[in-house]
Amino acid sequence: MSSTFLILQILNGITFGALLFLVASGFTLIFGLMRVANLTHGVLYLLAGYVGLTVVRETDSFLLAVVAATIFAGVLGFVIERTLLRHVQGAVLSEVLLTIGIAFILADVALMQWGGDPQTLRVPALIGGPIRLPGIVYPRFRIVTLALGVIIGGGLWYVQNKTRIGSIIRAGVDDPEMVSALGINLPVVFTSVFVAGAMLAGFAGVIGGGFLSLYRGADSEILLFGLVVIIIGGMGSLKGAIIGSLMVGLLDSFGKALYPEISYFTIFGPMAIVLAIRPRGLFGRKEGQR
Amino acid sequence: MTRWIKIIVALILLAFLIAAPSLLNSFYLRVMGEVLIFAMLAMSINILLGYTGLATLGQAAIFGVGTYVVGYMTTKLGQPMYVTVPAGILGTLIVAAIFGIFAVRTSGIYFLMITLAQGMIIWGLAFRWNSVTNAENGIRGIDRPEWLAEYSAYYYLILVVALVVFALIYRIINSPFGLTLKGVREGERRMRTLGYNITLHKFLGFMVAAFFAGLAGSLYAFHNNFVSPTTIEFARSAEALLMVILGGTGTMLGPFIGSFVITFGQNEFSLYTDRWPMIMGAIYVVTILTAPDGFVGAWRRFYNWMSASRSAEPPKQQIDHILVAGKEVESPENLQSPTEGSTTSSDLRRVDV
Repeated sequence: MSSTFLILQILNGITFGALLFLVASGFTLIFGLMRVANLTHGVLYLLAGYVGLTVVRETDSFLLAVVAATIFAGVLGFVIERTLLRHVQGAVLSEVLLTIGIAFILADVALMQWGGDPQTLRVPALIGGPIRLPGIVYPRFRIVTLALGVIIGGGLWYVQNKTRIGSIIRAGVDDPEMVSALGINLPVVFTSVFVAGAMLAGFAGVIGGGFLSLYRGADSEILLFGLVVIIIGGMGSLKGAIIGSLMVGLLDSFGKALYPEISYFTIFGPMAIVLAIRPRGLFGRKEGQR
Repeated sequence: MTRWIKIIVALILLAFLIAAPSLLNSFYLRVMGEVLIFAMLAMSINILLGYTGLATLGQAAIFGVGTYVVGYMTTKLGQPMYVTVPAGILGTLIVAAIFGIFAVRTSGIYFLMITLAQGMIIWGLAFRWNSVTNAENGIRGIDRPEWLAEYSAYYYLILVVALVVFALIYRIINSPFGLTLKGVREGERRMRTLGYNITLHKFLGFMVAAFFAGLAGSLYAFHNNFVSPTTIEFARSAEALLMVILGGTGTMLGPFIGSFVITFGQNEFSLYTDRWPMIMGAIYVVTILTAPDGFVGAWRRFYNWMSASRSAEPPKQQIDHILVAGKEVESPENLQSPTEGSTTSSDLRRVDV
């Protein structure tokens, strides 16, 4: 293994990890507060990516695409939470199954509207193209993704730990009844968090559209990676999402390079080990400790 | 009275299933064969969801291990059916054991997520492991042996196996072991307190379910003569889970009804439209919102309502707790009625995280 190969794979792993973090953070945010495993997350990513793709094609503005796709995903999330999920609130299994049904419908809409062939979102020259690093030439957009991951991660950490909204959310995780009793409108908090999570999925979709590409099945593929990240890191934990996405990103990058035929298995191994030691993931909470 | 109705309905169904080759044309006979195979898959999910309270989203992948093993051994190694099918089941059990060890340590939503991830990993393997699985082209030409070359002959084989599986599962869930599984569903902590090894029982339940899924998957290889990653993708697992819920979770007949509706629906709609995923998604949403206890549950509610209005007695309280959205509801009826099925109408709402 040459050092260039090593550096390249590490960079690939970390930057892919950053994209995974964008996906997983929204999922884990929703799960942490609402205990809803939102399986529409992958399809929100895909649909928003497609919306971004169309906006870039029409207006040639990447920034506008990011804004439009993020808002689109947020609105869709709002509708899903308000019109459907609300009816089965608290019934854990029904919630998941409902999101599966919605995911199938939306994925089919995406297929109908945009077709199934891979399409890549065109990234402007300012953040696209190659960048020269010592010893290697590397896609600039991947480095930008890494920076975005760090910024979003930092922002989420700040909101969760340093603001009033963050303390309401943390308190809502621990003791929803008490939070309501203190006069906080928890349903509004729930909806807001759900919308925020959906917007993160949408944002990730645009980035992922430029980073990977968008195609039929990209939704379940990214959902798989997101799930493994969260299973390893622990559902509902921001710290877990960071560690998990770095692990999965690196493992996948090395797995794909070294054992391309069985690359999915390289992420299963570590997942199994983590589960064997900590069934709830590295930073997951124990039952009854909610 | 009800007993007689049940027996008569069962006999009519059985007569139809036996007469199917002479009643249906070759296209619909194949659909019927598929209904029976997926009913077995759905029954295997029902062991977990209906009787143990574990929702799995990876069972089609477990099923697909059987299909792939049979496909590989038949086409590339030229082994006969009496070797390939047991090998398919064995392969399924090995994979299930590896996955099960990790999955059964969790429950509720965590179990669901882990089985989902595991199923997708099997899919990924089938998709990428070109030298064994032919990747997305799949394995073609899985031919049946001479004596089963005629589809109607193979249909009868499927029918016999399905009936045996039905009887076995009925036996298992009514055995002391089955009662323990139900105990796990109703209150894991309570069962633990009583001294049961919960993890072991969940693991055994997982393996029993995998056995039947592997058997169904092995039969599917010869039914379809072809296997590709589409056979085992996430959508198939979700579809199979929908069959159970649509039919009636925790009932013996539910998986059959669900498999019938979904398999027929898919084959019929596919003749006219490509939008089956959308229709399936809609069925999912409508089922969860309006009848989370499925056809069998809806029928029971209707039947109770009918008999209640006839005898002018207050309606049975049995299903009241389904209407209570939200927290897990401990209803005393649940603990007092040991009869099969009557406690299961609200399973969907009772899975604890």
